[in-house]
Amino acid sequence: MFGLEKRDTFLLGVVIVLTLFAPFILNPFPANSAMAQFNAGYPDLMQRFVIFGIFAIGFNILFGLTGYLSFGHAAFLGVGSYSAVWMFKLLSYNVVPALVLAVIMAGLFSALIGFISLRRSGIYFSILTLAFAQMSFNLAYSVLTPITNGETGLQIYTSDPQYLQSASAPAFPNLFGAAMNSSTTLFFGGWTFTFSVGYYFCAAFLILAFYLAIRIFRSPFGMMLRAVKSNQQRMNYTGLNTRPYTLAAFVISGMYAGLAGGLLAAMDPLAGAERMQWTASGEVVLMTILGGAGTLIGPVLGAGFIKYFENIFAKINDNVLHGWFAFMPDGIEDAMVAIIHPFVGKGWHLTLGLLFMLVVIFLPGGLVEGGQRLGRVFRRKDHNAGSVESDAAQQRSEAAE
Amino acid sequence: MDAVLLQILNGLDKGSAYALIALGLTLIFGTLGVVNFAHGALFMIGAFCSVTLQRLLTLSVETIDETQKDFLGNPLKVKTPYVENWFGPEMGQAIIDWSVPLAILFAIPVMLLIGFIMERGLIKHFYKRPHADQILVTFGLAIVLQEVVKYFYGANPIPTPAPDVFRGSFDFAPLLGLDTSLAYPYWRLVYFGFSTVIIAAVFAFLQFTTFGMVVRAGMADRETVGLLGIDIDRRFTIMFGIAAAVAGLAGVMYAPINSPNYHMGMDFLVLSFVVVVVGGMGSLPGAVLAGFLLGILESLASMNEIKNIIYGIDQIIIYVVAIVILLVRPRGLMGRRGVMEE
Amino acid sequence: MAILEVKNVGKRFGGLQALSDVNLSVAENSVHAIIGPNGAGKSTLLNCLVGKLIPDTGSVMFDGQSVLGRKPYEINQMGISRVFQTPEIFGDLTVMENMLIPCLAKRDGAFQLNGWSRIVGQRDMIDKAEEMLRDMNMIDKRHMHAASMSRGDKRRLEIAMCLAQDPRLLLLDEPTAGMARADTNNTIDLLKQIKDERDITIAIIEHDMHVVFSLAERITVLAQGTPLVEDTPDRIKGHPKVREAYLGESQDAA
Repeated sequence: MFGLEKRDTFLLGVVIVLTLFAPFILNPFPANSAMAQFNAGYPDLMQRFVIFGIFAIGFNILFGLTGYLSFGHAAFLGVGSYSAVWMFKLLSYNVVPALVLAVIMAGLFSALIGFISLRRSGIYFSILTLAFAQMSFNLAYSVLTPITNGETGLQIYTSDPQYLQSASAPAFPNLFGAAMNSSTTLFFGGWTFTFSVGYYFCAAFLILAFYLAIRIFRSPFGMMLRAVKSNQQRMNYTGLNTRPYTLAAFVISGMYAGLAGGLLAAMDPLAGAERMQWTASGEVVLMTILGGAGTLIGPVLGAGFIKYFENIFAKINDNVLHGWFAFMPDGIEDAMVAIIHPFVGKGWHLTLGLLFMLVVIFLPGGLVEGGQRLGRVFRRKDHNAGSVESDAAQQRSEAAE
Repeated sequence: MDAVLLQILNGLDKGSAYALIALGLTLIFGTLGVVNFAHGALFMIGAFCSVTLQRLLTLSVETIDETQKDFLGNPLKVKTPYVENWFGPEMGQAIIDWSVPLAILFAIPVMLLIGFIMERGLIKHFYKRPHADQILVTFGLAIVLQEVVKYFYGANPIPTPAPDVFRGSFDFAPLLGLDTSLAYPYWRLVYFGFSTVIIAAVFAFLQFTTFGMVVRAGMADRETVGLLGIDIDRRFTIMFGIAAAVAGLAGVMYAPINSPNYHMGMDFLVLSFVVVVVGGMGSLPGAVLAGFLLGILESLASMNEIKNIIYGIDQIIIYVVAIVILLVRPRGLMGRRGVMEE
Repeated sequence: MAILEVKNVGKRFGGLQALSDVNLSVAENSVHAIIGPNGAGKSTLLNCLVGKLIPDTGSVMFDGQSVLGRKPYEINQMGISRVFQTPEIFGDLTVMENMLIPCLAKRDGAFQLNGWSRIVGQRDMIDKAEEMLRDMNMIDKRHMHAASMSRGDKRRLEIAMCLAQDPRLLLLDEPTAGMARADTNNTIDLLKQIKDERDITIAIIEHDMHVVFSLAERITVLAQGTPLVEDTPDRIKGHPKVREAYLGESQDAA
């Protein structure tokens, strides 16, 4: 179907089902139960799942396939956000021109940076992209204030022209009238399910982004990108020019980042420089690695995983912890709370850092590889798993040896 | 003219910090072939050694002083630092006042230990893994280290004053025969002097000891030295400890210049990488030279006269220089030909 | 008719004159070996032919066109394929993918942004790759990871990849270095088979005299960066200068 192999169609189907039914799947607990804090089925969080999923899918096309580790992709996300907000300011709250400009600007910007950075490889490439991103961040923060509104961040004021905004259209980013922040809520027994326009809009893009990624992975172009990672010398002596291949991968991933940035702005029409900081670039690297670089589904999993736990962990405070361990004797309860305390709430980044180290050390293939190892333990032979997924994971572990 | 001089002086202390961090980065990269993204965190931990020692020294015992009354007429509770009890009030005060320089003694074993543990426990296992994995795992470690510090010390910068005698400024103007004043804080002079001493010590160590000779040979050609039957790994572990200590000492003494906060390491790390690249990956003199050059350059670019010509240049000058260097002369100012040129 | 014409080529590295005044002419559809002791400049010469190094002086003409100043991939597209001393293959890819890449490079050129088409849709390329694998007796290994194969198989695959491009000139850089005798003999047989079945010119740099004398039609002896003598294998064997410069010190190898 759609020009895909059977297992890829299956993978795409899984992603479609998961995204479409996410409001149900992510809200398994009744709204007023003690477990409701683990629900993630509210629009704001679900939007971040899919938007960062798109960002990570794009990043994976560069890093997972070619092995070029960019530490500057947040810059393209930021460019996408700024472009989208400017379209809201100048034209109207319609998201279509905003996203189009976001993708185009991010594409142009990444072509420029990629053209320069890709003249080097290895750590030099990583440092170059890092320098560019940090430079962009500094520029956005100070020098380019007329465009970026500096520290305050770019937002929409009533004084903005909005030349094409009609009086009847919603005063919020919308798709031909359907506002991104509008939603319907379904009450079912004790459960509450929220269906938001914004979420489904983003979800449609995630599915599209995922489909495109599959096509790229399975194309001769994708194979060439993997060849770049494997052996550039052989590439050159096989009559292939690696530079345009890596540049194309860089620009494609930059455009994905721009789309993600545009969507962020469409969900909440403001853009700030901190979106471009290199820690933000580090986050997308984390997502990709955690999920499994070079695999199709990995980045989506990684993005979901990190965004989910970031949100849930942040909500766990000492009261919640005491609630959990209430069944224990007081002394042990306090000890347990004291042990876990540094890792939750504001300590989420500590958990994230540890998790990240553990993954890089023990599971270079990420969650996908972890899942496969588990699968191999439970089933003696694994007929089902997408062989490319396992291939990529296997390659990682082989490269590690 | 004197404005330029002042900016050059101002660039020196930042340049010193860059140089020291870059020196450690280069030592690690040159010897172990590892790109250490956690090196900034070591600098940060060094700064927090100052904070810690200051806190330890001011640990106080609470006594009730019957001779004094508070405004309610109750006996006043007085906190006396233990050191004052042990060494007498004057000596105790002096020790507390000198806590930052004293922290050097405290930091050396701490940083060496952290360095050894890091190398033996983690870095060792990444020698043969791709650079990307090294970057990633040390990046993760950097996050962990800074979050641990944040957990214990909070997110706010912690002022850590220098000893009283260094509080003032030195006026260079009379010395140079200038009319205007050219005030430069004493502590920054101390920092510059201290950095010079450390740098000289590292170079002397590498130049004049057998240990250093082996390490230098190892930097030039690891395999051959390995073939000689020299236990290069153990020496490299020690080298990692030394690099960690250098970064840590840079941090210890930097605490009075910039109140330590948990993310100062990351801020310095990016720039230190740029310094290493500009100096030439694997070149120790290059790292030092580029550290000072970029520190001064950054300082000069923040002069109003220059900012008026090119608006905002101070924000990006270092990156622009790095990008140009990487493209035009990828081996950096003093890098050897063929080292990581691709 | 010479397909490769090297004239007055010189190359200097700092104080070392690696090549000086090298003249070499490789006839079309012949097997030409370049031998010489270590440090004679064999590898330097090879690198000058494929664009990895640019000689300081002289010219290198392939099929009437200069290769100087061209990038390795451009020279490859002109019809020169290179086999490396240690097999250079795409270790992370499967054997089949390894074969497809040169096929696609031959058809689509140095760069093609075909991110929308599918590998499985490239029927003609797959057929071509499979045929080549069958020729090489490697068809049963097509789903293997290239990195997990034996060294002999890697060498075989690399040669197959080069041949898949239908090159006019195949350059081999010590193709049997570090190989066991059995693998060496297999490689010799393979190269003989290639020479018999294809319109192809082979230039081979080799240390192992057994390989050279089983394959070569003409031999150039390089010593200290300059050609000592060029002749047929039989005459080279008896040549006093060659014995002195080279064979004398490794007679048992011959």
